[in-house]
Amino acid sequence: MEENTNKPGLFEKGGKLWFLHSTIDAFDTFLRVPATVTSRGAHVRDAIDIKRVMIMVVIALVPAAIFGMWNVGYQHDLFNGDLPGLFDKFWFGLLKVLPLFVVSYVVGLGIEFASAQIKGEEVNEGYLVTGFLIPLIVPVDTPLWMVAVAVAFAVIFGKEVFGGTGMNFLNPALLTRAFLFFSYPSKMSGDQVWINGLPDGVSGATPLTHMLDHSGDVATGLENMPSVSDLVIGTIPGSVGETSIIAIALGAILLLWTGIASWKIMLSSVIGALLVGWLGNVFGVTNVPAYYQLLLGGFAFGTVFMATDPVTSAQTECGKWIYGFFIGALCVVVRLFNPGYAEGMMLAILLMNTFAPLIDYVVTSRAASARAKKGQIA
Amino acid sequence: MDAKIKETLLNPIFKGNPITVLVLGICSSLAVTVELKGALVMSLSVIIVTGLANFILSLLRNTIPMRVRIIVQLVVVAMLVILVDEILKAFAYPVEKQLSVYIGLIITNCIVMGRIEAFALGNKPFASLLDGLANGAGYGLILVIVAFFRELLGSGTLLGARIIPESFYEAGYMNNGLVILPPMALILIGCIIWVQRSLQKDLQEK
Repeated sequence: MEENTNKPGLFEKGGKLWFLHSTIDAFDTFLRVPATVTSRGAHVRDAIDIKRVMIMVVIALVPAAIFGMWNVGYQHDLFNGDLPGLFDKFWFGLLKVLPLFVVSYVVGLGIEFASAQIKGEEVNEGYLVTGFLIPLIVPVDTPLWMVAVAVAFAVIFGKEVFGGTGMNFLNPALLTRAFLFFSYPSKMSGDQVWINGLPDGVSGATPLTHMLDHSGDVATGLENMPSVSDLVIGTIPGSVGETSIIAIALGAILLLWTGIASWKIMLSSVIGALLVGWLGNVFGVTNVPAYYQLLLGGFAFGTVFMATDPVTSAQTECGKWIYGFFIGALCVVVRLFNPGYAEGMMLAILLMNTFAPLIDYVVTSRAASARAKKGQIA
Repeated sequence: MDAKIKETLLNPIFKGNPITVLVLGICSSLAVTVELKGALVMSLSVIIVTGLANFILSLLRNTIPMRVRIIVQLVVVAMLVILVDEILKAFAYPVEKQLSVYIGLIITNCIVMGRIEAFALGNKPFASLLDGLANGAGYGLILVIVAFFRELLGSGTLLGARIIPESFYEAGYMNNGLVILPPMALILIGCIIWVQRSLQKDLQEK
Protein backbone atom coordinates (compact mmCIF):
# COMPACT_ATOMS: atom_id res chain seq x y z
CA MET A 1 0.00 0.00 0.00
CA GLU A 2 1.46 3.35 -0.96
CA GLU A 3 1.52 5.89 1.83
CA ASN A 4 1.61 9.06 -0.22
CA THR A 5 -1.31 8.80 -2.59
CA ASN A 6 -4.64 9.97 -1.28
CA LYS A 7 -6.66 8.00 -3.75
CA PRO A 8 -8.14 4.87 -2.14
CA GLY A 9 -7.51 1.49 -3.74
CA LEU A 10 -10.20 -0.33 -5.65
CA PHE A 11 -11.31 -2.38 -2.64
CA GLU A 12 -10.42 0.05 0.13
CA LYS A 13 -12.89 2.27 1.87
CA GLY A 14 -14.14 4.84 -0.60
CA GLY A 15 -12.97 2.77 -3.57
CA LYS A 16 -15.22 1.72 -6.38
CA LEU A 17 -15.61 -1.90 -5.36
CA TRP A 18 -15.65 -1.34 -1.60
CA PHE A 19 -18.88 -3.30 -1.31
CA LEU A 20 -16.99 -6.41 -2.30
CA HIS A 21 -14.20 -5.88 0.22
CA SER A 22 -15.13 -8.71 2.58
CA THR A 23 -15.14 -11.24 -0.24
CA ILE A 24 -11.83 -9.99 -1.60
CA ASP A 25 -10.35 -9.88 1.87
CA ALA A 26 -11.38 -13.47 2.54
CA PHE A 27 -9.52 -14.72 -0.52
CA ASP A 28 -6.60 -12.34 -0.06
CA THR A 29 -5.84 -13.61 3.43
CA PHE A 30 -6.90 -17.20 2.81
CA LEU A 31 -3.50 -18.78 3.24
CA ARG A 32 -1.42 -15.74 4.11
CA VAL A 33 -0.99 -13.64 7.18
CA PRO A 34 -2.53 -10.23 6.55
CA ALA A 35 0.00 -7.41 6.37
CA THR A 36 -2.19 -5.00 8.31
CA VAL A 37 -1.47 -5.09 12.03
CA THR A 38 -2.76 -3.07 14.94
CA SER A 39 -0.15 -0.45 15.66
CA ARG A 40 -1.27 1.06 18.95
CA GLY A 41 -1.82 -0.37 22.39
CA ALA A 42 -0.42 -3.43 24.09
CA HIS A 43 -1.12 -6.73 22.35
CA VAL A 44 0.03 -10.28 22.77
CA ARG A 45 2.01 -11.08 19.64
CA ASP A 46 1.42 -14.66 18.62
CA ALA A 47 1.34 -16.47 15.32
CA ILE A 48 -1.82 -18.34 16.30
CA ASP A 49 -5.08 -16.89 15.02
CA ILE A 50 -8.46 -18.27 13.97
CA LYS A 51 -7.07 -19.16 10.58
CA ARG A 52 -4.16 -21.13 12.00
CA VAL A 53 -6.44 -22.97 14.42
CA MET A 54 -8.93 -23.90 11.72
CA ILE A 55 -6.28 -25.11 9.27
CA MET A 56 -4.75 -27.20 12.06
CA VAL A 57 -8.08 -28.91 12.74
CA VAL A 58 -8.53 -29.61 9.03
CA ILE A 59 -5.05 -31.19 8.90
CA ALA A 60 -5.95 -33.27 11.94
CA LEU A 61 -9.04 -34.50 10.10
CA VAL A 62 -7.14 -35.61 7.00
CA PRO A 63 -6.13 -39.11 8.26
CA ALA A 64 -9.73 -39.90 9.17
CA ALA A 65 -10.93 -38.60 5.80
CA ILE A 66 -8.40 -40.60 3.80
CA PHE A 67 -9.06 -43.77 5.75
CA GLY A 68 -12.80 -43.17 5.40
CA MET A 69 -12.51 -42.97 1.63
CA TRP A 70 -10.58 -46.23 1.49
CA ASN A 71 -13.12 -47.84 3.80
CA VAL A 72 -16.00 -46.84 1.49
CA GLY A 73 -14.27 -48.80 -1.26
CA TYR A 74 -13.40 -51.66 1.08
CA GLN A 75 -17.00 -52.09 2.25
CA HIS A 76 -18.20 -51.94 -1.34
CA ASP A 77 -15.65 -54.59 -2.31
CA LEU A 78 -16.77 -56.90 0.51
CA PHE A 79 -20.19 -57.28 -1.08
CA ASN A 80 -19.38 -56.84 -4.74
CA GLY A 81 -15.76 -57.97 -5.05
CA ASP A 82 -14.97 -55.63 -7.92
CA LEU A 83 -12.28 -53.45 -6.34
CA PRO A 84 -9.16 -55.61 -5.96
CA GLY A 85 -6.36 -53.15 -5.25
CA LEU A 86 -5.70 -50.71 -2.44
CA PHE A 87 -5.72 -47.84 -4.88
CA ASP A 88 -8.96 -49.02 -6.55
CA LYS A 89 -10.71 -48.96 -3.20
CA PHE A 90 -9.40 -45.53 -2.33
CA TRP A 91 -10.22 -44.06 -5.73
CA PHE A 92 -13.75 -45.48 -5.59
CA GLY A 93 -14.27 -43.95 -2.15
CA LEU A 94 -12.75 -40.65 -3.20
CA LEU A 95 -15.21 -40.34 -6.07
CA LYS A 96 -18.07 -41.15 -3.70
CA VAL A 97 -17.03 -38.75 -0.96
CA LEU A 98 -15.74 -35.84 -3.04
CA PRO A 99 -19.21 -34.66 -4.14
CA LEU A 100 -20.21 -34.46 -0.47
CA PHE A 101 -17.24 -32.18 0.17
CA VAL A 102 -18.05 -30.02 -2.84
CA VAL A 103 -21.71 -29.61 -1.86
CA SER A 104 -20.86 -28.94 1.76
CA TYR A 105 -18.32 -26.23 0.91
CA VAL A 106 -20.19 -24.59 -1.95
CA VAL A 107 -23.47 -24.25 -0.03
CA GLY A 108 -21.91 -23.40 3.32
CA LEU A 109 -19.33 -20.92 2.07
CA GLY A 110 -21.88 -19.41 -0.30
CA ILE A 111 -24.12 -18.55 2.63
CA GLU A 112 -21.17 -17.36 4.72
CA PHE A 113 -19.98 -15.02 1.97
CA ALA A 114 -23.47 -13.73 1.28
CA SER A 115 -24.19 -13.00 4.91
CA ALA A 116 -20.81 -11.36 5.41
CA GLN A 117 -21.57 -9.10 2.43
CA ILE A 118 -25.02 -8.22 3.78
CA LYS A 119 -23.74 -7.46 7.26
CA GLY A 120 -20.62 -5.73 5.97
CA GLU A 121 -18.37 -7.97 8.04
CA GLU A 122 -15.27 -9.97 7.27
CA VAL A 123 -15.70 -13.58 6.18
CA ASN A 124 -14.50 -15.88 8.92
CA GLU A 125 -12.67 -19.14 8.48
CA GLY A 126 -14.99 -21.02 10.81
CA TYR A 127 -16.70 -22.84 8.00
CA LEU A 128 -13.50 -24.49 6.78
CA VAL A 129 -13.69 -27.00 9.61
CA THR A 130 -17.46 -27.38 9.57
CA GLY A 131 -17.43 -28.02 5.85
CA PHE A 132 -14.76 -30.68 6.27
CA LEU A 133 -16.57 -32.37 9.15
CA ILE A 134 -19.96 -32.69 7.45
CA PRO A 135 -18.97 -35.26 4.76
CA LEU A 136 -17.23 -37.32 7.44
CA ILE A 137 -20.26 -37.72 9.71
CA VAL A 138 -22.94 -38.70 7.20
CA PRO A 139 -23.52 -42.04 5.47
CA VAL A 140 -21.68 -42.11 2.15
CA ASP A 141 -24.85 -42.51 0.09
CA THR A 142 -26.67 -39.47 1.51
CA PRO A 143 -28.30 -37.71 -1.49
CA LEU A 144 -26.48 -34.48 -2.28
CA TRP A 145 -29.57 -32.29 -2.30
CA MET A 146 -30.32 -33.42 1.25
CA VAL A 147 -26.82 -32.43 2.31
CA ALA A 148 -27.31 -29.05 0.63
CA VAL A 149 -30.62 -28.41 2.42
CA ALA A 150 -29.19 -29.50 5.76
CA VAL A 151 -26.06 -27.38 5.39
CA ALA A 152 -28.14 -24.33 4.49
CA PHE A 153 -30.36 -24.92 7.51
CA ALA A 154 -27.46 -25.41 9.90
CA VAL A 155 -25.44 -22.43 8.70
CA ILE A 156 -28.40 -20.04 8.68
CA PHE A 157 -30.25 -21.13 11.81
CA GLY A 158 -27.37 -22.58 13.77
CA LYS A 159 -24.79 -19.93 13.08
CA GLU A 160 -25.63 -16.80 11.13
CA VAL A 161 -28.73 -15.83 13.15
CA PHE A 162 -26.59 -15.92 16.29
CA GLY A 163 -23.93 -13.70 14.75
CA GLY A 164 -21.65 -16.00 12.75
CA THR A 165 -18.38 -17.71 13.65
CA GLY A 166 -17.71 -17.72 17.35
CA MET A 167 -21.25 -16.80 18.34
CA ASN A 168 -23.03 -20.09 17.64
CA PHE A 169 -23.99 -22.17 20.65
CA LEU A 170 -24.52 -25.38 18.68
CA ASN A 171 -21.90 -27.16 16.62
CA PRO A 172 -23.02 -26.42 13.02
CA ALA A 173 -21.69 -29.71 11.61
CA LEU A 174 -23.64 -31.70 14.17
CA LEU A 175 -26.68 -29.56 13.57
CA THR A 176 -26.43 -30.52 9.89
CA ARG A 177 -26.38 -34.15 10.86
CA ALA A 178 -29.24 -33.73 13.32
CA PHE A 179 -31.31 -32.04 10.64
CA LEU A 180 -30.68 -34.94 8.26
CA PHE A 181 -31.34 -37.46 10.98
CA PHE A 182 -34.76 -36.09 11.91
CA SER A 183 -35.77 -34.98 8.41
CA TYR A 184 -34.84 -38.04 6.38
CA PRO A 185 -34.50 -40.87 8.90
CA SER A 186 -34.66 -43.58 6.24
CA LYS A 187 -31.44 -42.25 4.67
CA MET A 188 -29.63 -41.67 7.94
CA SER A 189 -30.17 -44.72 10.13
CA GLY A 190 -31.05 -48.37 9.97
CA ASP A 191 -29.12 -51.19 8.35
CA GLN A 192 -29.24 -50.25 4.66
CA VAL A 193 -27.53 -46.88 4.44
CA TRP A 194 -23.97 -47.39 5.62
CA ILE A 195 -22.49 -49.35 2.73
CA ASN A 196 -22.38 -48.26 -0.86
CA GLY A 197 -23.43 -50.99 -3.28
CA LEU A 198 -25.17 -53.14 -0.69
CA PRO A 199 -27.17 -55.86 -2.46
CA ASP A 200 -30.91 -55.94 -1.77
CA GLY A 201 -31.98 -57.96 1.23
CA VAL A 202 -28.56 -57.91 2.88
CA SER A 203 -28.23 -56.14 6.20
CA GLY A 204 -25.20 -53.94 6.64
CA ALA A 205 -25.86 -52.61 10.09
CA THR A 206 -23.23 -50.81 12.12
CA PRO A 207 -22.16 -52.80 15.17
CA LEU A 208 -24.04 -50.37 17.42
CA THR A 209 -27.33 -51.87 16.26
CA HIS A 210 -26.43 -55.07 18.09
CA MET A 211 -25.63 -53.37 21.38
CA LEU A 212 -28.94 -54.34 22.96
CA ASP A 213 -29.33 -57.83 21.48
CA HIS A 214 -31.01 -60.16 23.93
CA SER A 215 -31.83 -63.82 23.95
CA GLY A 216 -34.35 -64.20 26.74
CA ASP A 217 -32.88 -62.53 29.81
CA VAL A 218 -29.32 -62.89 28.66
CA ALA A 219 -27.63 -60.01 26.86
CA THR A 220 -25.94 -61.29 23.71
CA GLY A 221 -24.71 -58.09 22.04
CA LEU A 222 -21.07 -59.09 22.26
CA GLU A 223 -21.55 -62.11 19.99
CA ASN A 224 -22.35 -59.84 17.06
CA MET A 225 -19.57 -57.32 17.70
CA PRO A 226 -16.58 -57.11 15.38
CA SER A 227 -13.19 -57.88 16.86
CA VAL A 228 -11.31 -55.15 18.72
CA SER A 229 -8.68 -55.04 15.98
CA ASP A 230 -11.35 -54.39 13.31
CA LEU A 231 -12.77 -51.59 15.44
CA VAL A 232 -9.40 -50.00 16.06
CA ILE A 233 -8.33 -50.19 12.42
CA GLY A 234 -11.83 -49.21 11.31
CA THR A 235 -12.82 -51.79 8.69
CA ILE A 236 -16.48 -51.64 9.75
CA PRO A 237 -19.54 -49.95 8.21
CA GLY A 238 -20.26 -46.47 9.47
CA SER A 239 -20.21 -42.78 8.60
CA VAL A 240 -17.29 -41.89 6.35
CA GLY A 241 -14.81 -40.60 8.89
CA GLU A 242 -15.88 -42.16 12.15
CA THR A 243 -14.75 -45.77 11.88
CA SER A 244 -11.00 -45.81 12.35
CA ILE A 245 -9.71 -45.26 15.89
CA ILE A 246 -6.12 -45.10 14.62
CA ALA A 247 -6.82 -42.31 12.12
CA ILE A 248 -8.80 -40.36 14.71
CA ALA A 249 -6.03 -40.87 17.27
CA LEU A 250 -3.49 -39.34 14.84
CA GLY A 251 -5.71 -36.28 14.62
CA ALA A 252 -6.14 -36.21 18.39
CA ILE A 253 -2.38 -36.23 18.91
CA LEU A 254 -1.94 -33.24 16.61
CA LEU A 255 -4.79 -31.32 18.28
CA LEU A 256 -3.46 -32.00 21.77
CA TRP A 257 0.15 -31.28 20.82
CA THR A 258 -0.78 -27.90 19.33
CA GLY A 259 -3.01 -27.18 22.31
CA ILE A 260 -6.08 -26.54 20.16
CA ALA A 261 -8.32 -29.20 21.71
CA SER A 262 -8.77 -29.59 25.43
CA TRP A 263 -7.39 -32.83 26.91
CA LYS A 264 -9.72 -32.31 29.85
CA ILE A 265 -12.81 -32.64 27.68
CA MET A 266 -11.47 -35.72 25.91
CA LEU A 267 -10.40 -37.45 29.12
CA SER A 268 -13.57 -36.69 31.05
CA SER A 269 -15.70 -37.81 28.11
CA VAL A 270 -13.85 -41.15 28.10
CA ILE A 271 -14.36 -41.46 31.86
CA GLY A 272 -18.08 -40.74 31.53
CA ALA A 273 -18.55 -43.32 28.77
CA LEU A 274 -16.60 -45.99 30.65
CA LEU A 275 -18.56 -45.37 33.85
CA VAL A 276 -22.00 -45.67 32.22
CA GLY A 277 -20.80 -48.55 30.04
CA TRP A 278 -19.65 -50.35 33.20
CA LEU A 279 -23.00 -49.67 34.91
CA GLY A 280 -24.72 -51.14 31.85
CA ASN A 281 -22.69 -54.32 32.34
CA VAL A 282 -23.40 -54.45 36.05
CA PHE A 283 -27.15 -54.17 35.55
CA GLY A 284 -27.15 -56.60 32.64
CA VAL A 285 -28.40 -54.16 29.99
CA THR A 286 -25.73 -55.39 27.61
CA ASN A 287 -22.78 -57.76 27.76
CA VAL A 288 -20.67 -55.50 25.56
CA PRO A 289 -17.72 -54.45 27.75
CA ALA A 290 -17.41 -50.78 28.64
CA TYR A 291 -14.23 -50.21 26.60
CA TYR A 292 -16.16 -51.17 23.45
CA GLN A 293 -18.21 -48.00 23.96
CA LEU A 294 -15.08 -45.99 23.17
CA LEU A 295 -14.40 -47.88 19.94
CA LEU A 296 -17.91 -48.09 18.51
CA GLY A 297 -19.82 -45.61 16.39
CA GLY A 298 -19.08 -41.92 16.49
CA PHE A 299 -17.78 -41.76 20.05
CA ALA A 300 -14.10 -41.33 19.24
CA PHE A 301 -14.71 -38.94 16.36
CA GLY A 302 -17.19 -36.88 18.36
CA THR A 303 -14.99 -36.69 21.43
CA VAL A 304 -11.88 -35.63 19.53
CA PHE A 305 -13.28 -33.28 16.88
CA MET A 306 -16.72 -32.11 17.99
CA ALA A 307 -16.91 -32.07 21.78
CA THR A 308 -13.68 -30.06 21.86
CA ASP A 309 -14.93 -27.35 19.48
CA PRO A 310 -13.68 -24.25 21.34
CA VAL A 311 -16.77 -22.21 20.46
CA THR A 312 -19.49 -24.52 21.69
CA SER A 313 -17.75 -26.27 24.61
CA ALA A 314 -17.52 -25.02 28.18
CA GLN A 315 -14.85 -22.36 28.60
CA THR A 316 -13.96 -22.68 32.28
CA GLU A 317 -11.38 -25.29 33.25
CA CYS A 318 -13.63 -26.92 35.84
CA GLY A 319 -16.56 -26.63 33.46
CA LYS A 320 -14.67 -28.63 30.81
CA TRP A 321 -14.52 -31.63 33.14
CA ILE A 322 -18.28 -31.50 33.77
CA TYR A 323 -19.09 -30.85 30.10
CA GLY A 324 -16.91 -33.72 28.83
CA PHE A 325 -18.09 -36.16 31.46
CA PHE A 326 -21.74 -35.66 30.59
CA ILE A 327 -21.07 -35.99 26.85
CA GLY A 328 -19.49 -39.41 27.38
CA ALA A 329 -22.08 -40.48 29.93
CA LEU A 330 -25.12 -39.29 27.97
CA CYS A 331 -23.83 -40.86 24.77
CA VAL A 332 -23.72 -44.29 26.38
CA VAL A 333 -27.00 -43.70 28.21
CA VAL A 334 -28.70 -43.15 24.85
CA ARG A 335 -26.99 -46.23 23.39
CA LEU A 336 -28.00 -48.46 26.28
CA PHE A 337 -31.40 -47.19 27.31
CA ASN A 338 -32.99 -45.84 24.15
CA PRO A 339 -33.63 -48.62 21.63
CA GLY A 340 -34.94 -46.01 19.16
CA TYR A 341 -31.53 -44.44 18.61
CA ALA A 342 -28.62 -46.78 18.16
CA GLU A 343 -26.08 -43.96 18.40
CA GLY A 344 -26.12 -41.26 21.06
CA MET A 345 -23.02 -39.18 20.37
CA MET A 346 -24.69 -36.54 18.21
CA LEU A 347 -27.55 -36.03 20.66
CA ALA A 348 -25.19 -36.03 23.66
CA ILE A 349 -22.91 -33.35 22.21
CA LEU A 350 -25.77 -31.14 21.03
CA LEU A 351 -27.47 -31.41 24.41
CA MET A 352 -24.28 -30.49 26.27
CA ASN A 353 -23.65 -27.64 23.79
CA THR A 354 -26.84 -26.05 25.04
CA PHE A 355 -25.79 -26.59 28.66
CA ALA A 356 -22.21 -25.32 28.24
CA PRO A 357 -23.07 -21.66 29.01
CA LEU A 358 -25.00 -22.73 32.10
CA ILE A 359 -22.07 -24.86 33.31
CA ASP A 360 -19.73 -21.89 32.85
CA TYR A 361 -22.15 -19.62 34.68
CA VAL A 362 -22.38 -21.97 37.68
CA VAL A 363 -18.61 -22.50 37.80
CA THR A 364 -17.77 -18.79 37.67
CA SER A 365 -20.45 -17.71 40.13
CA ARG A 366 -19.37 -20.41 42.59
CA ALA A 367 -15.79 -19.26 42.30
CA ALA A 368 -16.90 -15.66 42.82
CA SER A 369 -18.92 -16.45 45.92
CA ALA A 370 -16.08 -18.58 47.33
CA ARG A 371 -13.75 -15.61 46.94
CA ALA A 372 -16.25 -13.26 48.53
CA LYS A 373 -16.50 -15.56 51.56
CA LYS A 374 -12.73 -15.74 51.86
CA GLY A 375 -12.60 -11.97 51.89
CA GLN A 376 -15.20 -11.69 54.65
CA ILE A 377 -13.34 -13.98 57.04
CA ALA A 378 -10.01 -12.26 56.52
CA MET B 1 -64.72 6.81 14.12
CA ASP B 2 -64.15 5.22 10.75
CA ALA B 3 -60.39 5.44 11.11
CA LYS B 4 -60.65 4.00 14.58
CA ILE B 5 -62.61 0.99 13.35
CA LYS B 6 -60.06 0.45 10.62
CA GLU B 7 -57.26 0.62 13.18
CA THR B 8 -59.06 -1.87 15.46
CA LEU B 9 -59.51 -4.25 12.57
CA LEU B 10 -56.11 -3.97 10.89
CA ASN B 11 -53.70 -3.54 13.78
CA PRO B 12 -54.01 -7.13 15.11
CA ILE B 13 -53.52 -8.59 11.65
CA PHE B 14 -50.05 -7.20 11.05
CA LYS B 15 -48.59 -4.47 13.28
CA GLY B 16 -49.82 -5.92 16.55
CA ASN B 17 -50.21 -9.54 15.55
CA PRO B 18 -50.91 -11.66 18.61
CA ILE B 19 -48.46 -14.40 17.62
CA THR B 20 -45.57 -12.59 15.99
CA VAL B 21 -45.57 -9.39 18.01
CA LEU B 22 -47.24 -10.20 21.33
CA VAL B 23 -45.94 -13.80 21.17
CA LEU B 24 -49.17 -15.27 22.56
CA GLY B 25 -50.83 -18.53 21.59
CA ILE B 26 -47.55 -20.17 20.55
CA CYS B 27 -48.40 -23.54 22.10
CA SER B 28 -51.48 -24.23 20.02
CA SER B 29 -49.88 -22.81 16.89
CA LEU B 30 -47.19 -25.49 17.13
CA ALA B 31 -49.71 -28.24 17.77
CA VAL B 32 -52.37 -27.73 15.12
CA THR B 33 -50.32 -26.64 12.11
CA VAL B 34 -49.25 -30.03 10.76
CA GLU B 35 -52.04 -29.85 8.20
CA LEU B 36 -53.71 -26.87 6.58
CA LYS B 37 -57.21 -28.17 7.18
CA GLY B 38 -56.76 -28.42 10.93
CA ALA B 39 -55.20 -24.97 11.02
CA LEU B 40 -58.14 -23.46 9.12
CA VAL B 41 -60.72 -25.01 11.43
CA MET B 42 -58.72 -23.99 14.48
CA SER B 43 -58.41 -20.43 13.18
CA LEU B 44 -62.13 -20.22 12.55
CA SER B 45 -62.90 -21.53 16.03
CA VAL B 46 -60.58 -19.02 17.67
CA ILE B 47 -61.99 -16.14 15.61
CA ILE B 48 -65.51 -17.01 16.75
CA VAL B 49 -64.54 -17.50 20.38
CA THR B 50 -62.47 -14.31 20.69
CA GLY B 51 -65.08 -12.25 18.86
CA LEU B 52 -68.09 -13.46 20.83
CA ALA B 53 -66.26 -13.54 24.17
CA ASN B 54 -65.16 -9.95 23.67
CA PHE B 55 -68.69 -8.96 22.67
CA ILE B 56 -70.48 -10.65 25.58
CA LEU B 57 -68.04 -9.48 28.22
CA SER B 58 -68.11 -5.96 26.88
CA LEU B 59 -71.90 -6.01 27.33
CA LEU B 60 -71.43 -7.24 30.88
CA ARG B 61 -68.45 -5.03 31.69
CA ASN B 62 -70.30 -2.56 33.90
CA THR B 63 -72.13 -5.21 35.92
CA ILE B 64 -69.22 -7.57 36.69
CA PRO B 65 -67.63 -6.92 40.10
CA MET B 66 -63.90 -6.43 39.51
CA ARG B 67 -62.92 -9.01 42.12
CA VAL B 68 -64.64 -11.94 40.42
CA ARG B 69 -64.17 -10.88 36.81
CA ILE B 70 -61.74 -13.67 35.88
CA ILE B 71 -64.25 -16.32 36.96
CA VAL B 72 -66.99 -14.65 34.94
CA GLN B 73 -64.71 -14.40 31.92
CA LEU B 74 -63.81 -18.07 32.21
CA VAL B 75 -67.46 -19.09 32.39
CA VAL B 76 -68.28 -17.15 29.25
CA VAL B 77 -65.22 -18.38 27.33
CA ALA B 78 -65.77 -21.96 28.44
CA MET B 79 -69.37 -21.84 27.30
CA LEU B 80 -68.33 -20.56 23.87
CA VAL B 81 -65.59 -23.15 23.51
CA ILE B 82 -67.96 -25.97 24.42
CA LEU B 83 -70.45 -24.66 21.87
CA VAL B 84 -67.78 -24.57 19.15
CA ASP B 85 -66.63 -28.05 20.11
CA GLU B 86 -70.17 -29.45 19.97
CA ILE B 87 -70.77 -27.86 16.57
CA LEU B 88 -67.54 -29.30 15.22
CA LYS B 89 -68.42 -32.72 16.61
CA ALA B 90 -71.74 -32.54 14.83
CA PHE B 91 -70.58 -31.26 11.45
CA ALA B 92 -66.85 -31.90 11.15
CA TYR B 93 -66.15 -34.93 13.29
CA PRO B 94 -62.87 -36.11 11.66
CA VAL B 95 -61.26 -32.68 12.02
CA GLU B 96 -62.49 -32.38 15.59
CA LYS B 97 -60.93 -35.77 16.31
CA GLN B 98 -57.64 -34.64 14.79
CA LEU B 99 -57.54 -31.36 16.72
CA SER B 100 -58.42 -33.38 19.86
CA VAL B 101 -57.73 -31.41 23.04
CA TYR B 102 -56.66 -28.23 21.28
CA ILE B 103 -60.22 -27.07 20.65
CA GLY B 104 -60.94 -27.43 24.37
CA LEU B 105 -57.69 -25.68 25.16
CA ILE B 106 -58.85 -22.50 23.42
CA ILE B 107 -60.11 -21.67 26.93
CA THR B 108 -56.50 -21.34 28.04
CA ASN B 109 -55.38 -19.49 24.90
CA CYS B 110 -53.71 -16.32 26.11
CA ILE B 111 -55.15 -14.32 23.25
CA VAL B 112 -58.77 -14.82 24.37
CA MET B 113 -58.24 -13.78 27.97
CA GLY B 114 -55.71 -11.14 26.97
CA ARG B 115 -58.12 -9.34 24.65
CA ILE B 116 -60.94 -9.49 27.21
CA GLU B 117 -58.75 -7.98 29.90
CA ALA B 118 -57.03 -5.47 27.65
CA PHE B 119 -59.88 -4.40 25.40
CA ALA B 120 -63.40 -5.68 26.13
CA LEU B 121 -63.54 -4.47 29.72
CA GLY B 122 -62.86 -0.89 28.65
CA ASN B 123 -64.63 -0.54 25.31
CA LYS B 124 -68.08 -0.59 23.78
CA PRO B 125 -69.54 -3.94 22.57
CA PHE B 126 -69.28 -3.29 18.82
CA ALA B 127 -65.63 -2.22 18.97
CA SER B 128 -64.89 -5.20 21.23
CA LEU B 129 -66.49 -7.59 18.78
CA LEU B 130 -64.32 -6.20 15.98
CA ASP B 131 -61.21 -6.36 18.13
CA GLY B 132 -61.90 -9.98 19.04
CA LEU B 133 -62.54 -11.00 15.45
CA ALA B 134 -59.45 -9.18 14.21
CA ASN B 135 -57.20 -10.75 16.84
CA GLY B 136 -58.56 -14.17 16.02
CA ALA B 137 -57.87 -13.45 12.36
CA GLY B 138 -54.32 -12.32 13.11
CA TYR B 139 -53.75 -15.57 14.98
CA GLY B 140 -55.36 -17.53 12.16
CA LEU B 141 -53.25 -15.85 9.50
CA ILE B 142 -50.00 -17.02 11.10
CA LEU B 143 -51.47 -20.48 11.66
CA VAL B 144 -52.37 -20.80 8.02
CA ILE B 145 -48.96 -19.60 6.81
CA VAL B 146 -47.14 -22.05 9.09
CA ALA B 147 -49.50 -24.90 8.22
CA PHE B 148 -49.08 -24.18 4.50
CA PHE B 149 -45.32 -24.73 4.67
CA ARG B 150 -45.54 -27.64 7.09
CA GLU B 151 -48.06 -29.58 5.04
CA LEU B 152 -46.34 -28.78 1.73
CA LEU B 153 -42.82 -29.70 2.87
CA GLY B 154 -43.75 -32.38 5.38
CA SER B 155 -46.40 -34.31 3.48
CA GLY B 156 -46.22 -32.91 -0.06
CA THR B 157 -49.93 -32.09 0.05
CA LEU B 158 -52.20 -29.09 0.60
CA LEU B 159 -55.64 -29.64 2.15
CA GLY B 160 -55.03 -33.33 1.53
CA ALA B 161 -54.48 -32.95 -2.23
CA ARG B 162 -51.09 -34.01 -3.60
CA ILE B 163 -49.13 -30.97 -4.76
CA ILE B 164 -45.63 -32.28 -5.25
CA PRO B 165 -45.82 -34.59 -8.29
CA GLU B 166 -45.00 -38.28 -8.17
CA SER B 167 -42.10 -37.74 -10.58
CA PHE B 168 -40.28 -35.70 -7.91
CA TYR B 169 -40.41 -38.64 -5.53
CA GLU B 170 -39.18 -40.97 -8.23
CA ALA B 171 -36.27 -38.61 -8.84
CA GLY B 172 -35.26 -38.98 -5.19
CA TYR B 173 -37.20 -36.23 -3.45
CA MET B 174 -38.37 -37.05 0.06
CA ASN B 175 -40.77 -35.39 2.45
CA ASN B 176 -39.04 -33.67 5.32
CA GLY B 177 -39.81 -35.46 8.59
CA LEU B 178 -38.52 -32.63 10.75
CA VAL B 179 -41.17 -30.22 9.46
CA ILE B 180 -43.84 -32.50 10.93
CA LEU B 181 -42.26 -32.16 14.38
CA PRO B 182 -43.13 -29.13 16.56
CA PRO B 183 -39.57 -27.68 16.70
CA MET B 184 -39.71 -26.83 13.00
CA ALA B 185 -43.04 -25.04 13.53
CA LEU B 186 -41.31 -22.85 16.09
CA ILE B 187 -38.49 -22.13 13.63
CA LEU B 188 -41.06 -21.26 10.94
CA ILE B 189 -42.78 -18.84 13.32
CA GLY B 190 -39.33 -17.43 14.03
CA CYS B 191 -38.85 -16.89 10.29
CA ILE B 192 -42.19 -15.06 10.04
CA ILE B 193 -41.15 -12.82 12.94
CA TRP B 194 -37.81 -12.28 11.18
CA VAL B 195 -39.53 -11.19 7.95
CA GLN B 196 -41.99 -8.96 9.80
CA ARG B 197 -39.27 -7.25 11.81
CA SER B 198 -37.14 -6.56 8.80
CA LEU B 199 -40.14 -4.95 7.11
CA GLN B 200 -41.26 -3.04 10.19
CA LYS B 201 -38.25 -1.26 11.60
CA ASP B 202 -40.01 0.16 14.67
CA LEU B 203 -40.36 -3.35 16.12
CA GLN B 204 -36.59 -3.83 16.27
CA GLU B 205 -35.03 -3.46 19.68
CA LYS B 206 -32.00 -1.25 19.93
